[in-house]
Amino acid sequence: MTAPPAPPTAAQVRTVLAEVTDPEIPVITIDELGILRGVDVQGGHVVVTITPTYSGCPAMQEIEADVRSALSGRGWDDVEVRSVLSPAWTTDWMSDAGREKLRAYGIAPPERRPAGPVLVALGRPRLVCPQCGSADTEELTRFASTSCKSLWRCRSCREPFDHFKAH
Amino acid sequence: MSPGGTDTAVDLDASAYALRLGDDALVLGQRLCEWAARSPELEEDVALLNIALDLLGAARLLLSRAGELEGAGRDEDDLAFLRNEPEFRCGLLFEAANGDFGQTLARQLLVSAYQVPLWHALGSSTDEVIAGVAGKAVKEAVYHLDHARSWVVRLGDGTDESHRRVQAGLEEVWPYTSELFERDALLDRLVARGVAADPDLLLPVWEATVGEVLAEATLEVPQTTWRPTGGRSGRHLTGFGYLLAEMQHLHRSHPGATW
Repeated sequence: MTAPPAPPTAAQVRTVLAEVTDPEIPVITIDELGILRGVDVQGGHVVVTITPTYSGCPAMQEIEADVRSALSGRGWDDVEVRSVLSPAWTTDWMSDAGREKLRAYGIAPPERRPAGPVLVALGRPRLVCPQCGSADTEELTRFASTSCKSLWRCRSCREPFDHFKAH
Repeated sequence: MSPGGTDTAVDLDASAYALRLGDDALVLGQRLCEWAARSPELEEDVALLNIALDLLGAARLLLSRAGELEGAGRDEDDLAFLRNEPEFRCGLLFEAANGDFGQTLARQLLVSAYQVPLWHALGSSTDEVIAGVAGKAVKEAVYHLDHARSWVVRLGDGTDESHRRVQAGLEEVWPYTSELFERDALLDRLVARGVAADPDLLLPVWEATVGEVLAEATLEVPQTTWRPTGGRSGRHLTGFGYLLAEMQHLHRSHPGATW
């Protein structure tokens, strides 16, 4: 018999969760993506709060399982994963480190956007190709491989690339 | 991971309203799925199914909320899969047949031009779950509207044939729009409580958006005076039963099946 592990602190939980990556874009962590909204520890009970990117994001169950698995690996099994909708996730919560990782991975990061409600469609952003740096790019389709991305093409290097939509 | 708690107070009015919103999203999402592998191009397959996925995500949350507020122990699956046609509360526009690609995008324009101001208004609903869903859905609906607008303009202001067909599609689905702005006793009570959006405030926004897009697309605003209604009280179009049969048969034939 080994003794049960000591209850973690919130900081320890955060350190472990800092390694949990997005299932669809494995170079960026859920913290950098802005979907990890809170960690609370009461006694040995860990509450992790996450928020979906898009309403129908099919990765949410996967993310919950990854969070549980990461904490379970440290012997912390008394874990509750809560999903909150409000305030609604926005790409403005994505960290600068996260944006740079996306760019290095070949995904044009979301542009920052003005605050306030969205009532009219945004104009097309001007994107820089994450592969060659050219600004001569065009959108191929607003809806791409996942809900959170659109598909673009660079007219200089001729390569297609994903864009993480500002949202 | 459901929003809200199990100790939610029973509120049958708010439950009925969440059911309307959820059924609208669920049924249109199911309709759009019929385009899978049948769209004119791969990008459109992906786009229409992305829109369907957004709608399905909102529907799951809204049906879960309807079940909580009803207090009878029904969850999202019970409501989606175990109700019969007369128990669904979707508007007729959301269940209307896809027709051709032009008709599907014309319907999407009319729906999204309604949902953008609807979700915007519901972002401050006094029901915190409806407000939370709306706060996410409004951003998604803006993409849907932008997509529908660009296609309706491209088809309407395109060739004679594309113009003729998208105008015909528009005429086909247009009569179902008047139901979106109907008031009834339920809405009167819920607007007064700040739960529901006031249809009188949505109508001018919708008319302005749709009018602007149709003008740019060189399409005519349909002049029909036929105003069919009934979806909110469970009287649906002929094709609705077939949609439900496809959506529900697996769950009903194999209760509790998992894979």
